[in-house]
Amino acid sequence: MHKIVRKGKLVLKDGSVFEGDLYGKRNAVGEVVFTTGMSGYQETLTDPSFCGQIVVMTYPLIGNYGINPMFNQGKKSYFQGYVIGEMCDYPSNWRSEETLEAFLEKQDVPTLVGVDTRAITRKIREYGVLKGIIVPAETSQEEIDALLATPDAHDQIAQVTTKEKYTLGNGKYHVAVLDFGIKQNILNYLQCFDCHLTVFPAYTPAEEVLAVNPDGIFLSNGPGDPKDVPEIIANVQKLMGKKPIFGICMGHQILALANGADTYKMKFGHRGVNQPVKDLRTGKIVISSQNHGYAVDEKSLEGKNIRISHISMNDGTIEGLEYGDHPSFAVQYHPEACPGPGGHEALFIRFIDMMEGR
Amino acid sequence: MPKLKNIKKVLVIGSGPIIIGQAAEFDYAGTQACRALKEEGLEVVLVNSNPATIMTDINIADRVYVEPINVEFLESVIKRERPDSLLATLGGQVGLNLAMALDEKGILSEYNVKLLGTQIASIKRGEDRELFKETMEKINQPIPESTIVETVMAACEFGKKIGYPLIVRPAYTLGGTGGGIADDEEELIDIVQKGLGYSPISQCLIERSIAGWKEIEFEVIRDAADNCITVCSMENVDPVGVHTGDSIVVAPAQTLNDKEVHMLRQASIDIVRELGVCGGCNVQLALDPFSENYYVIEVNPRVSRSSALASKATGYPIAKVTTKIAVGYNLDEIENAVTKKTKACFEPTIDYIVLKFPRWPFDKFVTADRTLGTQMKATGEVMAIERSFEASMLKAIRSLEIGLTHLEMPELKALSDEEIKDRIKLIDDQRIFVITEALRRGITIDYIYDITKMDKWFLYKINNIVKMEKALQTHPLTPSLLLKAKKLGFADSVIGGYVGKTMMEIREMRKANGILPTYKMVDTCAAEFEAETPYYYSTYATEDEVAVSDKKKVVVLGSGPIRIGQGVEFDYCSVHSVWALKELGYETIIINNNPETVSTDFDISDKLYFEPLTLEDVLNVIDKEQPEGVIVQFGGQTAINLAGPLDKAGVKILGSSVDSIDRAEDRERFEQLLTDCEIPRPKGHTVFDTAGALKAAADVGYPVMVRPSYVLGGRAMEIVYNDEELKHYMSSAVKASKEHPVLVDHYLQGTEVEVDAICDGKEVLIPGIMEHVERAGVHSGDSIAVYPPRSLSESVIRTIINYTNKMALGLEVKGMINIQYIVRNDHVYVIEVNPRSSRTVPFLSKVTGVPMVNVATKAAMGRSLKEQGYRAGLKLFPDYYAVKAPVFSFNKMSNVDITLGPEMKSTGEVMAVDYQYSRALYKACIASGINVPHEGSILITVADMDKEEAAEIAKGFEELGYRVTATGGTAEYLNNHDIEVRVATKVSEGSPNILDDIKEGHISMVINTTNHGRDAERDGFKIRRSTVEHAIACLTSLDTARELQHVMSAMRRRRVISIVALQDLAWED
Repeated sequence: MHKIVRKGKLVLKDGSVFEGDLYGKRNAVGEVVFTTGMSGYQETLTDPSFCGQIVVMTYPLIGNYGINPMFNQGKKSYFQGYVIGEMCDYPSNWRSEETLEAFLEKQDVPTLVGVDTRAITRKIREYGVLKGIIVPAETSQEEIDALLATPDAHDQIAQVTTKEKYTLGNGKYHVAVLDFGIKQNILNYLQCFDCHLTVFPAYTPAEEVLAVNPDGIFLSNGPGDPKDVPEIIANVQKLMGKKPIFGICMGHQILALANGADTYKMKFGHRGVNQPVKDLRTGKIVISSQNHGYAVDEKSLEGKNIRISHISMNDGTIEGLEYGDHPSFAVQYHPEACPGPGGHEALFIRFIDMMEGR
Repeated sequence: MPKLKNIKKVLVIGSGPIIIGQAAEFDYAGTQACRALKEEGLEVVLVNSNPATIMTDINIADRVYVEPINVEFLESVIKRERPDSLLATLGGQVGLNLAMALDEKGILSEYNVKLLGTQIASIKRGEDRELFKETMEKINQPIPESTIVETVMAACEFGKKIGYPLIVRPAYTLGGTGGGIADDEEELIDIVQKGLGYSPISQCLIERSIAGWKEIEFEVIRDAADNCITVCSMENVDPVGVHTGDSIVVAPAQTLNDKEVHMLRQASIDIVRELGVCGGCNVQLALDPFSENYYVIEVNPRVSRSSALASKATGYPIAKVTTKIAVGYNLDEIENAVTKKTKACFEPTIDYIVLKFPRWPFDKFVTADRTLGTQMKATGEVMAIERSFEASMLKAIRSLEIGLTHLEMPELKALSDEEIKDRIKLIDDQRIFVITEALRRGITIDYIYDITKMDKWFLYKINNIVKMEKALQTHPLTPSLLLKAKKLGFADSVIGGYVGKTMMEIREMRKANGILPTYKMVDTCAAEFEAETPYYYSTYATEDEVAVSDKKKVVVLGSGPIRIGQGVEFDYCSVHSVWALKELGYETIIINNNPETVSTDFDISDKLYFEPLTLEDVLNVIDKEQPEGVIVQFGGQTAINLAGPLDKAGVKILGSSVDSIDRAEDRERFEQLLTDCEIPRPKGHTVFDTAGALKAAADVGYPVMVRPSYVLGGRAMEIVYNDEELKHYMSSAVKASKEHPVLVDHYLQGTEVEVDAICDGKEVLIPGIMEHVERAGVHSGDSIAVYPPRSLSESVIRTIINYTNKMALGLEVKGMINIQYIVRNDHVYVIEVNPRSSRTVPFLSKVTGVPMVNVATKAAMGRSLKEQGYRAGLKLFPDYYAVKAPVFSFNKMSNVDITLGPEMKSTGEVMAVDYQYSRALYKACIASGINVPHEGSILITVADMDKEEAAEIAKGFEELGYRVTATGGTAEYLNNHDIEVRVATKVSEGSPNILDDIKEGHISMVINTTNHGRDAERDGFKIRRSTVEHAIACLTSLDTARELQHVMSAMRRRRVISIVALQDLAWED
């Protein structure tokens, strides 16, 4: 049986309450989202794109195989809070170096355990993502109301981007990476495809980026609403046409906005590792890892030289765009996996081809 | 319309009878396939020899051929029906092998039949060891070092080269038949020798053993456009070394990190792509627990047992999707039948844990070798769904119906700690219970892990169960502790056991404290999308998702896991009962726990609760749904056993009342009924000890039939001939007591007759009467049954009608009744009455044209036979004969005696129909797998009392040109009766002996009956087992032998291959 820290609860904006055992010292306030992946909790926990969110795991058994630093996708966990069914006390895997509980404590992620996570998921599915808080059970109503009234977070990218520019690898192609909260495995992938990287803070001016004379530019994933960062969008506009651009997730949304398209907040987004995406150029379907709460509005593409390259098989939303006026393309899903399925190497190869001028 | 425009008529091959390694999952898959094809407007021709299936119903396929599944019969069907295409990947290994044979013989090309779905070349790449190895090497997928041998010598050489242990797998066999792990050369020689015999192509794969690694499976689906998804990962709790069919399996994989999961997932997809499978495919892999090294173990390029499990575990209908792919659709063109909004091209994600537990037949085969290895031994399985491993495990245990409600086996209590430690080493069906007992005794997880290599994650979880037991034993039962115990899956009765309360008291305490199960949906997507499947499981959480309608509803209880004595036939009955209730306008609710079945397909009933069939679990559903009542008469003994307790708990039992059931089951009340109706039965007594038994036997006269008072499938039932044997039986086979009396009945040797009838309370409809080939004494489930009867006189038939009417009305049956009679010298005696559906109902329904379960369900719901348009009385006999023959799985079970007797041993059945009796029986023999020889030598070795009959039979065979071989006494007797006999050496007379004759192929069939002395049986046992190992026919009932001889005589110069579709049978009203 779990060591019970104290009783706690998740209170949603609409007043609904889910009780559980509370691990962690601080309160959590944030947008409550769910993700449906069955494995990969550590990759999810450390994915900077979740910055500021309270994440509900639909799979009930979490922590089974422990924690190993090699799986971290960011420098730390940016979760506001974590809601799970069961926390594994005794993980078992040769890679396990510590328990999930110890990791969460170190990362200071308030975690509510023993919760009917399916019930929360059904609520979010119905109402859309909601603001919520994780607090101790005895928290007064005034305090709860006050916490729920906290203004929504904006520009989370500023919190997760690198403070300093740095370089990585020694591959053939020089890629300038704009770090909006980049996942470790994207950095790994690019290096595997023979790239060496200069990673820039998100707000680096275009001139500075171009000054290193890269072969291509990569726009990374990241947290929050792309419309929060007009300065970055303006910057990207200056990069367009100068060098081939490849974007993932937030990078995809920012590139779309930079090209005059529009984005919108989805009801509850796509978060999981089982998301089918159709490649409209080949007609083939790939299963992808996804984590996005915003999407590019298809209508906003009308009259523009932008082609939809990928769509979600679940709801038809845009999962990838190709730009006709300059050598750029981007996908909404996560070809780098971690967590989730691989098999998307073709996108990276395409980026290389573009840099080669092919 | 199908995507492929040139398809109009599809031939579907079923998997035939239920045997170990091939159970009800193929009825589920095949039924889904046929329905999916019909949805496309295609004409479906089906061949399957197993009548106890939904798929052989005349409304499932347009042309149903219940015929032997072999090349000759299939060719005949193809010739007549001229299908343009063939779907073979849904009929198990049988279907696959046959498709390959039809291709090889050029039959597919001759008749222009296109193979749908996975093509021959792909099947071969997956099935043929050498091609598979080449393919894996080509795409750099690691497989254990291995070699293919055709001789024992080659195997030994390989052993010398790479060392031991080695695994032996014979090529093209079911469930790993004949395989095993060899620790040294001596063992290798033994296993390979047998393995070469089992393999139809005399090939064995020998490979490095990776026993102890994690065993992981992926279910993969690929379409013709090369879209490829995985439905589900599964992890075996038992590491590599135990056949996956005998392993406890969880889904999804629990102890793999994301990298490992996706590494193996990608490998599975790469493999399926390279093989070029079109449809469902199962990939088994072994993962080193201490590195990312893995090996590919095996691929099944077809729908399998695991895919049935994965379908039920996720809600993703693999068989249906495979069928749609076969007719040309791509995954993104197929609807997700669960959400109705998304497409089939996605990967299911689940928000619960599924656990599969095998059901073994060791309760029936008490002498069998219980160890588990590469040879599958389970007859069936259960599945449990919950939100924790512990609760899933405990639900599964409750579902098994092995007399346990918890992960605890009382008999292990008696063992010392040392004995328990020792027992952990034994890999058998009880190991998980031994491990739990060890944890209870404080033996460490590390100690257990070192021996079992079972991942510690599982051991920790099991230890949580043990910890909760201790908490219940040492703490007062507060509502909070009770809730925790319920969340871990403890049954009310188990909790009560620890705190000195009854199950009902705990239930009341739960209700008083608001501790009630909630029901959640299985929706393929972890609630991401709204789903429409009415498929639920219970868990102790906060939100309940079931919307209870205000329609009138009925609960139908299913029959749980497939086991000997309770097979797929009861699932057939449950499904038909649901359909009948739907016709009457009821909302139907099914409760069952068998993932292999049609009844647990989510679109059969209006609601499916995947739950154990125990009083607590059933009452919880009833509390929730408030149905009008429960139907128990179609779920076999499982459901019948619940009738009394449910009735007591205030639940209405629909149809025949609990009192009717009790009057048939309770010996005294049953005798009273027979006395009242003036119906004779063999004389007998109820006894409580050995002295009583001897006295009873003296009174009724030997031979006597002895059995415990409560039996299922003739368990522990024996015929004994003298005091000595009776004493032995009383002291060893049963533990008689006041609570558990033993029945001693005079054994009447006569013709056994079976009747299934339907009664509405006023009138009785008798669709048919079946006559058994074997005399009474052979369990009815193991007998060959013939409809209509051949030898019964008009007066006997009239008496049977009369008795059936009297008993059905006397018992106030509303619904089904099954009665077994013995006819001796034109007198009719009753031996057993069951006011419920029986094993023979699907068979009889199919050959009489009376939809018996439908009519009986409606009768149970108050519709009279007249209202339903049926005339009372015995239906007119048809112009054809139908034969039902048993099928055994003896080659999967070493150390089991194959002699037929009162204990049921068969695992399945086949049917054959023909206008000529001999041909019907002959076809049934072929379909059942009896290797009927057309020439050669027949070994006859029989008990003294059987010699006269045996001589007559031997004479018959001799006239047909067979030679006769016999030993000792039998040889002399036959010689004296004018039969030319080759005398063989008895086993006890040294070697070479009769066993060598069998081994060397000098014997083509054996007729053997046993002397009733325990020691004298040993020789016979060896002979019988050796016939199993060398796949030659062994008849242990002279009745079967005589009938076979007559039939062979009648068929000598006749065409054997003659087919008839069930749709063409002329049924008279």
